[in-house]
Amino acid sequence: MPELPENVKQNIREEGLPIVLEPKTRLPLYISVRELSLRYQFGTTKIQKFFEGLKEGRIYMTQCKKCGQKFFPPQGDCPICIESDVRWIPLNGEGELLTCTMILVKPPTYAHHDNYIVGIAKMKEGVRVLAWLKIDDPKKIKPKMKVRLETVKREPEQFITYEFTPI
Amino acid sequence: MRDVAIVGVGHSKFGNRFDLRIDELAWEAASEALKDASLSAKDMEFVVVGCSGGWSAESLPAVICSEYCGTLPKGSMRVEAACATSSAAVAVAYNLVASGYVDLVLTLGVEKMHESPNPVQIEFIGRAGNYFWEFENFGMTFPGYYALHATSYMWKHGLKEEDLAEIAVKNHHYASKNPKAQFTKEISVETVMQSRYVAWPLKLFDCCPLTDGSAALILAAEDVAKKITDTPVWINGIGAATGTGNLSRRDMHLKLEYSGLESAVYAAKQAYKQAGITYNNAAKHLDVASVHDCFTIAELMAYEDLGFCGRGEGLKLVREKQTYNGGLIPVNLDGGLKAKGHPIGATGTSMIYSLTKQLRQEYGKIGGKEAQATIRKGRAVAHNIGGTGHYAYVTVLSLEKPQSGSG
Repeated sequence: MPELPENVKQNIREEGLPIVLEPKTRLPLYISVRELSLRYQFGTTKIQKFFEGLKEGRIYMTQCKKCGQKFFPPQGDCPICIESDVRWIPLNGEGELLTCTMILVKPPTYAHHDNYIVGIAKMKEGVRVLAWLKIDDPKKIKPKMKVRLETVKREPEQFITYEFTPI
Repeated sequence: MRDVAIVGVGHSKFGNRFDLRIDELAWEAASEALKDASLSAKDMEFVVVGCSGGWSAESLPAVICSEYCGTLPKGSMRVEAACATSSAAVAVAYNLVASGYVDLVLTLGVEKMHESPNPVQIEFIGRAGNYFWEFENFGMTFPGYYALHATSYMWKHGLKEEDLAEIAVKNHHYASKNPKAQFTKEISVETVMQSRYVAWPLKLFDCCPLTDGSAALILAAEDVAKKITDTPVWINGIGAATGTGNLSRRDMHLKLEYSGLESAVYAAKQAYKQAGITYNNAAKHLDVASVHDCFTIAELMAYEDLGFCGRGEGLKLVREKQTYNGGLIPVNLDGGLKAKGHPIGATGTSMIYSLTKQLRQEYGKIGGKEAQATIRKGRAVAHNIGGTGHYAYVTVLSLEKPQSGSG
């Protein structure tokens, strides 16, 4: 089991209870002695081709063979036709930036990354993609600027994902 | 379908409530609502609890809170619609009463965010979209999602960061008069402009805080309502809509390109239609509005999504201070999410609490005369968004019963 904070352990030793004073308000707080850690898992069977594509440097969308509806993120089922017959089409990678932000206050699981820019671009095929935009100087970002979507190895985690770079 | 009115309202103090557990916090609002309606917990026939959850220890908040509030063994459920959770709870409670299933429902919004450390909350809220495609690989945050909209609005309509700051200044101004608000100090445009970036172009003072709080409403069927109070506040319309989980898939029906929320437009039109309000120039039918200002840009988009003005014209409302009391449409006279605080699951019922007090002309007793809107049309609107337009709920309240057949 993960270790309790030192002040909580001390109070258990001295007072017999995990109650500490909240630093700002000095109100008593009971610190739960149970800690939960969570790692989720997802099935990829229906879109395994997408992940096979990433390994080969391709980023796939899907298209319903019956009605022509395009999907990115890719999906194996078309809710319009209630059919599951889709075509896998690699994106050519050219897009136009619709909007972006730079994330400075990061979630704890991203704390080890430098500030990152997230953009949404409209791809040549018509679908939109959300991904990081790698650019040396954020001041160079312009509305509707042309970007290229490519697969990339994300450091330091070393898994394959995709990102935008300016064209 | 029967007409449904709000006959009792209650509201806790918002803020860092390290003094209470979630059930005790729920009781703070529920007890006030019961007293307001001169009813007892035993009179309640159903309890709908809006609680987004995740950050607090209790997994079954509807049970814990019902037990503490003394409503057992009456039926209960928890409802979730992210930040629009308790507006969704109101929609459920409304239908329980309108359908004739029960006559009186306690609708309780409650959230205890400070049971988890601050970084865990940032992680949780950032996951509130499409987890796999937008968080797992790209680390989106809640301010980040709205920042994408702020950037787009800037690129399209010439919005400046100072314009957004003006919205924060207004809402802090009204919160400073509201003793139940989390933030009690006025701020200036400089305060906002000098605060650090959280997700460019949004800064710390563009963002609402993390809040513990609760707000309760008692909903009653027409015959019962008239026996309880001389000033029932009627629900004239409820609009609800769902947006895509993936931000990249927005604009399925309306091409806004991140300068508005499609779901909010849909919900507003639906609620207005039920209430007999025209969408264009909706402001002329309303005395006051509570809109979902989790970030300053969210309030700006709400003006347009609610039909108070055309696309890109929300800026003009800000620059001319038309959403202060006395302007075209007073917005967030209680301080809004931005400064009153945003306890996720309690925000919808908190909005409706304030609007009920406004329509009854009792808000001045809480927030001072300056924050009591002039009630001429007897109508108000609550605009409550879950996530970044992932859910949208728009509720129209009125001193008049719904027109025949629309209830």
